[in-house]
Amino acid sequence: MSSFLSQYGGEIATLTLEHLWLTGAAMLFATLIAVPAGIWLTRSPRWAKPVIGVANVLQTIPSLAMFGFLLPLPWLGERAARIAIVALTAYALLPILRNTYAGIRGIDPTLNEVARAIGLTDAQRLFKIELPLAASFILAGLRTATVTCIGIATIAAAVGAGGLGELIFRGVASIDNRLVMAGAIPAALLALAADAALGSLERRFRIPNADGSGQ
Amino acid sequence: MSAALEFRNISVAIATGRLLLKDVSLALEEGTVTAILGRSGSGKTTLLRTANRMIDPTSGEVMVGGASIKELSLVDLRRQMGYVIQETGLFPHFTVERNVGIVLEAERQPRSQRIQRSTGLLQLVGLDAAAFAHRYPHQLSGGQRQRVGLARALAAEPKILLMDEPFGALDPLTRAEMQDMLRDLLKQLRTTVLLVTHDLDEALYLADRILLLGDGRVLADLARDEFLQSEMPEIVAYAGAFRRGQSAAMVNPIDTDGIE
Repeated sequence: MSSFLSQYGGEIATLTLEHLWLTGAAMLFATLIAVPAGIWLTRSPRWAKPVIGVANVLQTIPSLAMFGFLLPLPWLGERAARIAIVALTAYALLPILRNTYAGIRGIDPTLNEVARAIGLTDAQRLFKIELPLAASFILAGLRTATVTCIGIATIAAAVGAGGLGELIFRGVASIDNRLVMAGAIPAALLALAADAALGSLERRFRIPNADGSGQ
Repeated sequence: MSAALEFRNISVAIATGRLLLKDVSLALEEGTVTAILGRSGSGKTTLLRTANRMIDPTSGEVMVGGASIKELSLVDLRRQMGYVIQETGLFPHFTVERNVGIVLEAERQPRSQRIQRSTGLLQLVGLDAAAFAHRYPHQLSGGQRQRVGLARALAAEPKILLMDEPFGALDPLTRAEMQDMLRDLLKQLRTTVLLVTHDLDEALYLADRILLLGDGRVLADLARDEFLQSEMPEIVAYAGAFRRGQSAAMVNPIDTDGIE
């Protein structure tokens, strides 16, 4: 065991960092796309169904196929990490988009009405009322997306993007379960840690209703 | 002198063509309290909401201080009118202090000034600022929340205060207490108040003048004392129905008026 760790420890650490980098970059892009898109959908609800539908379809594409589809594309295909980040971003969109939309739509309409009636501008209403009140919802979407992406990122090794999947694929090819575990266990721990960290953040943003009911 | 707030021939139609308000005119003198009285669906909330353009009338015009409200930007118009509703609509993620000061915050007034103002306002509505400023709405009773809602509406020193069934959700004792507080407070301030209520006693207690709406039309528009003594069949019928409802201890229906 200790000889295994001394042999592979450095590589596990490097691949873990790579895994984090792929997932982190994808989450950043997905958030930058999906949160504004979710806000926009609350303003144009007739687009909600088709747009969330497209995000839904993206989610159903098998990950290996998704990586395969992106491989022949120009620019993207040149670097495996690019493919991985784009694919992971696509998977992360739906939970963030859906929760941003549902979180804002779920706000007590009285609060929105009052915010308008006392003369808040649209931007003030968004940043002072809607986003803070929907924050725990949006964070819940972010949590689901992150955990999903950490899992899917292991497949990215199939196109040579690195990450902990590298060890898993190598372990499977050489029928060495220790290598499979060396990739799978850190990946699982990353997912658990992200789940716990974002979960506690989410609870911190949870807000009881004015009359004390709910949540 | 022009009226503080004037409704000129206001009609409001909904998409189906049904009229919620039919040619309603009303002028509020500065510093007076006018109650719009009527049962659910009479159009009273709709009329109130045309004042701050939460609803735009299909025809007719609303004037503030002699100028059409359409000449003002929505934000400016709404910031000069206080707005109090039954559900209070306090922001659950803000402390009492921030809720009270939100309009000032929206106007980018410095924080120290907002705190000072909200402390004064809480005192005015009968809440000890030291004890309440840092609480959240869910830590307050219904009556306390309504006081905070009133303080918020007064924060920007509005010339006009719009109140839509402000005490409708409170128990009778708290409601009476709130009515006393409001009456005292309005004596101090020179605010012009438009109060929507179905509660005849509340209208008689608080208002200088009472407009009775029925099915979107003005049935009566009288000074309080005249209203009290009036033999008009519409007024007698409303008072009779109200008293019967009271003695049957019916829970008051929430006014929805059919829009938004």
